[in-house]
Amino acid sequence: MCVRQRNRLHLEVAMIKFLLMVNKQGQTRLSKYYEKVDIGKRPALEADVVKGCLSRKKEQCSFVEYKDFKLVYRQYAALFIVVGISDTENELSIYELVHNFVEVLDKYFGHVSELDIMFNLDKVHIILDEMIQNGHIVETNRNRILAPLLALDKMAEAH
Amino acid sequence: MSDVVEKTLSALPSLLSLDSNAGAGKLSSTSKLGNLIRGITELTSKHDEEKLIKKELAAIKEQVASPNTTMRQMKEIMVRAIYCEMLGYQASVSYIHAIKLAQQGSVLEKRLGYLAVSLFLNESDEFLLLLVNTVLKDLQSTNLNEVCMALTAVSQMFPKDMIPAILPIVEEKLTHPKEVIRRKAVLALYKFYLIAPNQVQHIHSKFRKALCDKDPGVMTASLHIYLQLVKESPESYKDLTVSFVTILRQVVGGKLPMDFNYHSVPAPWLQIQLLRILAYLGKEDQGTSEMMYDVLEESLRRAEMNHNITYAILYECVKSIYTVYPKAELLEKAAKCIGNFVLSPKINLKYLGLKALTYVVAQDPNLALPHQMTIIECLDHSDIIIKRATLELLFRITNAQNVTVIVEKMLEFLRQSSNDYSTVDLVGKVAELAEKYSPDNGWFVQTMNSVFSLGGDRMQPDIPNNFLRLLAEGFDSVEEDRQLRLFAVDSYVLLLQGETASLPQCFLQVISWVLGEYAHLRPDQASDPGKVMRLLTRLLDQRHASAQTRRWILSALTKLCSSPVSIALARDVGERYFGSLDTVLRQRAHELMILSQDAGLRGRVLSAEGRLEHVEVDSSLSFLDGHVSEALAAGAAPYKPPHQRQEELAHEKALSLEPYGLSLPVSLSTCSITDRLTDRQSPTRLSISSSVSGNSTELSLKGGSTTLKLDGVKRVWGKEGYLVQQPKEVVEETPLPPTELPSPLGSFQSPVSQTQTASPGPEPDQERQQLASSLFVGVGTHHSVCLMGRTEAAPQRFRRKPKGTGSSSGTSEHSSNSSHSSSGTAAGNTLDSTTAATGQQISQHALGHPPVNGNPIVETPGPLPPVRDGGVAAEIPTGHTDSGTLADPNEDPVPVRPRDLPLISHLPAELSGLARSKLTTLCPGPDPGLALSSCRVYKEDALVLVVFVSNNSDSTLHRVALRFTSKQLEVSCVSGDLVEEVKGHSVATCQYAVVMMRASVDVELAGLVSYQRVPGQPRATPFSLRLSLKHFIRPLTVSTGEYGKMWLSFSHDVKQNLRLITAGDQSPLTATLDTLRDRLHLHVVDIIGSEGIVACRLLRGQPCLLHCRVHADSLAVWLRSPIPEFPDSLLYHCQKALAEA
Repeated sequence: MCVRQRNRLHLEVAMIKFLLMVNKQGQTRLSKYYEKVDIGKRPALEADVVKGCLSRKKEQCSFVEYKDFKLVYRQYAALFIVVGISDTENELSIYELVHNFVEVLDKYFGHVSELDIMFNLDKVHIILDEMIQNGHIVETNRNRILAPLLALDKMAEAH
Repeated sequence: MSDVVEKTLSALPSLLSLDSNAGAGKLSSTSKLGNLIRGITELTSKHDEEKLIKKELAAIKEQVASPNTTMRQMKEIMVRAIYCEMLGYQASVSYIHAIKLAQQGSVLEKRLGYLAVSLFLNESDEFLLLLVNTVLKDLQSTNLNEVCMALTAVSQMFPKDMIPAILPIVEEKLTHPKEVIRRKAVLALYKFYLIAPNQVQHIHSKFRKALCDKDPGVMTASLHIYLQLVKESPESYKDLTVSFVTILRQVVGGKLPMDFNYHSVPAPWLQIQLLRILAYLGKEDQGTSEMMYDVLEESLRRAEMNHNITYAILYECVKSIYTVYPKAELLEKAAKCIGNFVLSPKINLKYLGLKALTYVVAQDPNLALPHQMTIIECLDHSDIIIKRATLELLFRITNAQNVTVIVEKMLEFLRQSSNDYSTVDLVGKVAELAEKYSPDNGWFVQTMNSVFSLGGDRMQPDIPNNFLRLLAEGFDSVEEDRQLRLFAVDSYVLLLQGETASLPQCFLQVISWVLGEYAHLRPDQASDPGKVMRLLTRLLDQRHASAQTRRWILSALTKLCSSPVSIALARDVGERYFGSLDTVLRQRAHELMILSQDAGLRGRVLSAEGRLEHVEVDSSLSFLDGHVSEALAAGAAPYKPPHQRQEELAHEKALSLEPYGLSLPVSLSTCSITDRLTDRQSPTRLSISSSVSGNSTELSLKGGSTTLKLDGVKRVWGKEGYLVQQPKEVVEETPLPPTELPSPLGSFQSPVSQTQTASPGPEPDQERQQLASSLFVGVGTHHSVCLMGRTEAAPQRFRRKPKGTGSSSGTSEHSSNSSHSSSGTAAGNTLDSTTAATGQQISQHALGHPPVNGNPIVETPGPLPPVRDGGVAAEIPTGHTDSGTLADPNEDPVPVRPRDLPLISHLPAELSGLARSKLTTLCPGPDPGLALSSCRVYKEDALVLVVFVSNNSDSTLHRVALRFTSKQLEVSCVSGDLVEEVKGHSVATCQYAVVMMRASVDVELAGLVSYQRVPGQPRATPFSLRLSLKHFIRPLTVSTGEYGKMWLSFSHDVKQNLRLITAGDQSPLTATLDTLRDRLHLHVVDIIGSEGIVACRLLRGQPCLLHCRVHADSLAVWLRSPIPEFPDSLLYHCQKALAEA
């Protein structure tokens, strides 16, 4: 039975299950789920995930096993970005995807800060929607990720 | 850059107090959203949070209900609602307004509406139906922003049933001039494919078009669909391999625009995606794999920069190389690559290296050997994740010799681990290893005890079930069975004498069953028959024992009450549970009471000898007929079969009558049988027999089977583990490990070298060295490297002898120590010998040729060995004739045939004046008397394939016919379709006109020649040849004016820089174009200054135009054609032609 389960995992296409932005105090600053999780269960899951990542030391690796999937986390000052991925996903590519995401945010906001994210939660979501859909990476070209948002901004200015 | 982010973020606390900073700039500090955010940042407790959000939700509720709320305000409300939801508080009151906002808002507000909907709603939410009309409207909008956001929303979630409503419009968008719309349309179709694959079945051809889109983004988007499609049925997409390979080659070669780069690595995530697709395509398919070897190697080579992302690509590449059909040279390079990971000081890379190693050792355990010391280090690593990954790796290389050490390491980890999931997983692995490789009884029982105590009640139920089955079924040796059972009984008695509160329920159940069945094996059972019973009774009284466990215990007691002492005990217990509220427990108590009093009955139903014999069960329960009719007469409801009951009581889950796996469904079987009875107070006799059958044997309750269900049950442990297949092992003095196995192919048993190979690296400390030798002992002996196909590792053929060495002390230390003396040598030697064997296999494989002496490959209809492929496509001579001999002696190792001179003279006269290729031998075949050769003749309007059938024997060949099959080529016979007879030592020629239907780089043409040597006995031989696009290209003679007109009308274009050729006094442009013209049959229309225009056409097909401009020291080429695949494929040949020049 174990064996069968493993095989099934290998057949599964690698995917991202969620992306979280959490600060050192464990407060969620952004969450996006690509697999259904009841809203009531999210805070507990997030707390658990944050606990798993915060307890790790700098010299330990950036990947954590969590239940039947993996977490990839990356720290930017007081902010953690944590991505839950399936077992078959390539951890390092997700680790770099996180950085790409931060670079995109940097490009858009100047130097992005936690406050930028809080005050522009909607825009960060719009950016994320361009990058990840249904748990798959759909765009990584920075210019193209930002294009739809910039077009909207332009319209807003014109008004 | 990240430093900068870090600095900015670290300055946050001070920024938070300022209202006028950049991030908050646009929001007034007094806005409601601003207030909420401020409130959230100031939260100190969960209680505060709840208060704040409750208040916020109330405010939102009030605001959305107000008719005066503008869309602009609504937009802000949505963000606030998103915040509430993010913190875990449902803001359901805003859902309908989110949909409204998407419907009625201006573009900006609309986007927010869509965003809120995607965050608030689930795929199955009925609210989504309300969005369909909005989506429909926006898809048709003239504002591209609106189209864009509608497509984004659709590709995130859309009600499955409504797909047909918008599908045509989405399809239409696939041809939209804007790349972003096309890209998003593809992603929307991908979503449709995910939720309703059959709805988009009819547009697969459009996916292909998207794959060939001139925009890399659209192509990338289509790969998501292809990854899924290829994963589900690789067979249907083999023909796309060339395309994926070409795309990957272009990406790797840096042909994408600069902004696709990430840290100067070209589109890394795209590369990873392509590598995954290739892995699926090449898996277990030699022909397809061969197409991708080059590009895989190139990926390995290119990814040399020291950046995380290149390592991410490398990892994927290594995985693909080890997934596709193996190629020795490539495997070696990939293995070397893993070394870079594992040895890296960066912890993330080390982790990935271990993961890669885990993946590859499944194919070849030898690969772990060079990294022994690193693996040992990782085993003691302070990072638990690294440790865990290392154990996963060790699990894959476990064999009978290192099992004790590896299992010990795993148990050690389990004792420290607190992660439920990994505990369950690892416990399963330990149990699996123990069953497979256990060296002796004592170790096995001890290990399983640890498994049960550590795994607890979370572990997979099949672990205890399998264990009990092993004990019950036994093996071939009666004595062996007795010993194992006794071991278990003794260890359990010991356990029960100690503290039992910490033992998990499932372990207690296992203990009860085993004691019930086998306690009689104990020598002291006769003298003190009450001992075991007392222990069990004590357990029964303990509060932590669950009702389920108590049932098991009562069943055990029933089996044990054979002596007067125990009968008294049994009666005592029975009386206590006689009135239990738990029905099953009560029933067991009844059974216990009655059986303990009636020794005769007990002897009949629980005879010690009969326990494992087949229990005859009257599955029709005919003996109950009287009882049933009585009950019916008394007004009881008639019996209904389970399915009927289930239908009727849909809400109430009926008891499952299926045996639980192959376990021992004690309670279930009992329940189900009693359940069948109309009267719950069933006759005691029946329920006893049922309980017995459930307890001591496995009984299939369905289908009326009355025998023990043992056939088909795989015995994982036992026979192999206990049967000593070798005569006495002579371990002590011999330097050779006793486990040396002959190579699996049997023919390469190289003499084992006597010299020891030193382990790599500097001398590590003694302890680790020892650990290494015990961990890696035997790796590489049992599992053979199998390059010829990915077969399972050879089954364990040798086992440590259980009794001689291990059973007396029965500890893992003993066995691992005993192997120390020889194990170092063993590892070294085995490494040596297996690599030697591997080398030979490789060389044989690389030659790829069937031995001439027999073993004709023709019998297998698979693709032919690849040797000749290179030869076929090798060159197009521009001269008119050539010698007709084969240039490359390697090309055809088959003995010389009389084909050299005479063959070309058989070329039909009408073709003799035309340009043609060299002769190529097609197949050696099993029949030395028949030889096929072919030659391509380039006619202006056709490619003629001339096949020479030479009969080299004395007898005549009859009814020689050729048949070709190819998806991409159209082959029509010009002459010689069926040759009635070919006399001895003569040659027949057949001509075929070949047309390439769709431009592709090169294609395989498979053929079959059938003939009769003896009339009435047809024989057939397959052959294949490779045709390349360049064989089908002909010059297109157009004027500059016509060229200009055509150029503007063609829609598919590709741009690329090619290398310039310098030759003598010609200008580089002229020299390069001339080379292309000569090699590819192009027509140079004009050369003006630094620009040149060139034209060609596909035979009977469309044209392709090239516009070339010298740019610095390269040639910028721009290709255009009305068909999408042509420019890509032609470009490939241009590159190749210039590279060869």
